[in-house]
Amino acid sequence: MSRLTEFGNDLYTGKRSFEFVGRRRIWFTIALVMIAVTLVGTVARGGFSFGIEFRGGSEFQVANPSALPDGSIDQTLAADAVLSIVPGATPRVSIVNNGDAVRIQTDQLEVSESNTIRSALAGAYGVDTTEVTSSFIGATWGNDITRAMLTALVVFLVFVAAIMALYFRTWKMSVAALVALAFDLAITAGVYGLLGFEVTPAAVIGFLTILGYSLYDTVVVFDKIRENTIEESGTRTFAEAINLAVNQTLVRSINTSIVALLPVGSILFIGAVLLGAGTLRDIALALFIGILVGTYSSIFIAAPIYALLRQNETLVRKQDKKATEARSTSGAVV
Amino acid sequence: MKKAWRSLAWLAVIVVGLTATLAGGVLFSTATWTPKLALDLEGGTQLILAPRLESGQTVSVEQLDQAVAIIRQRIDATGVSEAEINTQGAENIVVSIPGVPDDSTLERIQSSAKLEFRPVIFTDVATSSAINEPTPTPTPTPTPTPTDALGETATPTPELVATPTASPTDASDPNWVTPALFDEYTNFDCATLAEAQTNVAPVGEPLITCEADGGFKYILGPVEVAGETIADAQAGLQATSQGGSTGQWAVNITFNAEGTEQFAAVTERLFAFAGSDPRNRFAIVLDGVVISAPTTNAIITDGRPEISGSFTQESAQILADQLKFGALPLGFEVQSSDTISATLGSTQLLNGLLAGVIGLALVVLYSFSQYRMLGSVILASLIIAGIITYLIITILSWRQGYRLSLAGVAGLIVSIGITVDSFIVYFERIRDELRDGKSLTSAVEAGWRRGFRTILASDAVSFLAAVILFVLAVGNVKGFAFTLGVVTIVDIIVVSLFTHPVMQLAARSKFFGGGHPLSGLDPRALGAVYRGRAQFREPVAALATKQQSSSREAAKRQTIAERKAAESASVLGKGKDS
Repeated sequence: MSRLTEFGNDLYTGKRSFEFVGRRRIWFTIALVMIAVTLVGTVARGGFSFGIEFRGGSEFQVANPSALPDGSIDQTLAADAVLSIVPGATPRVSIVNNGDAVRIQTDQLEVSESNTIRSALAGAYGVDTTEVTSSFIGATWGNDITRAMLTALVVFLVFVAAIMALYFRTWKMSVAALVALAFDLAITAGVYGLLGFEVTPAAVIGFLTILGYSLYDTVVVFDKIRENTIEESGTRTFAEAINLAVNQTLVRSINTSIVALLPVGSILFIGAVLLGAGTLRDIALALFIGILVGTYSSIFIAAPIYALLRQNETLVRKQDKKATEARSTSGAVV
Repeated sequence: MKKAWRSLAWLAVIVVGLTATLAGGVLFSTATWTPKLALDLEGGTQLILAPRLESGQTVSVEQLDQAVAIIRQRIDATGVSEAEINTQGAENIVVSIPGVPDDSTLERIQSSAKLEFRPVIFTDVATSSAINEPTPTPTPTPTPTPTDALGETATPTPELVATPTASPTDASDPNWVTPALFDEYTNFDCATLAEAQTNVAPVGEPLITCEADGGFKYILGPVEVAGETIADAQAGLQATSQGGSTGQWAVNITFNAEGTEQFAAVTERLFAFAGSDPRNRFAIVLDGVVISAPTTNAIITDGRPEISGSFTQESAQILADQLKFGALPLGFEVQSSDTISATLGSTQLLNGLLAGVIGLALVVLYSFSQYRMLGSVILASLIIAGIITYLIITILSWRQGYRLSLAGVAGLIVSIGITVDSFIVYFERIRDELRDGKSLTSAVEAGWRRGFRTILASDAVSFLAAVILFVLAVGNVKGFAFTLGVVTIVDIIVVSLFTHPVMQLAARSKFFGGGHPLSGLDPRALGAVYRGRAQFREPVAALATKQQSSSREAAKRQTIAERKAAESASVLGKGKDS
């Protein structure tokens, strides 16, 4: 049996236990520091850097460009080709797709200019014109997406809060889960801002998937909490019962995060190393960060907040009192 | 035991049914064995068209659907096959064409071909234009007032009044020309017309515009005959009155009954004006630009006017097609145009698949390391899930026109993790039950009852996210949300109809049931000897009554707990249902 299984055994019986609920001040402080760092970092960097889909502009891609003798690709050829046709343009050239393509982004150009640039680029890299693609994106396109996203976000949150409240029979779990979700989104967005990753529609897709994943993960933990707190016999306080539940699902949480991260990581690796900037990398990057942060928040934020929200309820207090009394009389160790 | 086989039989029915559906589709219909690919994987051009709206104007669903139908006819007329035209969000239209479209195809797609017949009220040589044509027009005066130019009774006040002093009686009435409008007209530069492409005025209002070559400026009255009344349009060489050909291309229009009547009424009124009066002329306005503004030489009662202008054979043909297939209910402009070469598309697909294979291999390796031989159950479940997902997506791509995009592929890869999580939740619950000292067969049942509840709850959240994203989001996100939703459903099917019955059967096998060290379910390794929970077990029953008051849920739970306790005490493998 693997070490993780033994670890799981100890966590299950309570032989080994982490103070997820008891030391909530520490976890909350860590969370706040993370938010502060990413927020300050983002502001210091001058906000998010948005992709061409949000800024608007023209983009060209040259597939299979002829390389220099040393195998590299001369990027200045592209810039020169663009500048020879539109002198004022500010082309940003990058190599994508494992060196199989050159990408050039400019401000939005006229159709006639785009066509001339396509031929010029084809000439510069010795490829057929059909190997050069051109695209342009109006600045409103990104705004349309963003508006749709925000609507989706709000609708989703309302629905999911209602469903969770119904399923768990307490709105406090909904609140705790949503706080954890807000943290996930804030940190993921913050990492993008902090490191200056480009926010593209694909990144936004990844971002939205975190919504589903983060809550999915929290629901699994909460379901165990629901079981444990309901079956609790009175030897543990409410907070201790929650803590035991989190400990008991810890192995599952670790396994799940690893299993979820492996495919995402392989997309990220393939996307970043072989393809360069693009849909795959952008989706995977947001998800990678989101899954990591989502696992943290389910364990270290959602559960302690739930305990915090319920600690002043009369029933919970009664149970806590009973548990403390039982302990002082029998001297049982928890 | 029977139950397990029955579940597996149902699974077989589902897989065979889906395969048969697809096979039938391939043999007797247009289905293919592989899903259709979206543009970003196949290569092609995607245009996003946004409507040009007057301020405050909104787009109705009908208008958008009508526009999609018209654009589809136009593209079909160019011979481009497999074009996809969809609406996106509340306003936009997405046109996906394989390959790279030429300029004339683009022109056909995006020009709204909104044709209007408006009477000319006032015209002038455009000041910015160098073209001088010998058409009779009023002498341009530096600061003409409508009264001077038109010799009518409208008496504008010195201020630039925006409302007519007398309400106009018909579309040619100079009362439409308010001083404010005339001022706008004076300052209107024909050079801006082509760039702006937003020269739209409500049908009931006058319009300031220019001729397509920028030669003349016009103030036109409200629309008198709309393009929708055109029944047919043909391109042809213009005929002279003697029946010979002028060598000029023109478009011959046939109106329907309504258009014929309206057109007759207009020409009758205009014919009454003297030939030198601009109001004798009517303008044919296409997308806010005057194509030609002929004088009215006769009252046209047969509804078959001819549009002449500086047409080439091709441009006459395009206009005729556009008029025939109908004007778009709205003007559109290309908001974004995205071309992906076929090479790039197939590279993206290959790399996406490679990423998927690597991800899958890693997940399987990890599963074996954590769950030993149980890893093979995970692997088999993933294969079954993969087959079902593939079949569903291929069938949907045939029936619903779903196309797999790169974002969709990413969605599939990401879902590997979420699918495997269901198995993890289930297995961990089984292990928990084993730790409580249960036999494997009853641990499987008890673990399933608890685990399936958790799986359903968490999958419901995931599915809800997918549905909401699919309904509300646009473009790429839709494809992603779609695959995510499909996979969530497949996950529930597989975990309940495959993983659980297989576990039920495995629990009876010597290898798993006997708790072989490599089975991943060895009670000794799982610390069942600790009997950790058992120590806390006893007080449960004792305190049950006290706890009952806490919630109804608690009472319900308690009975399950009791039942479970009884069960674990009773037998190995009654093989109870779930």
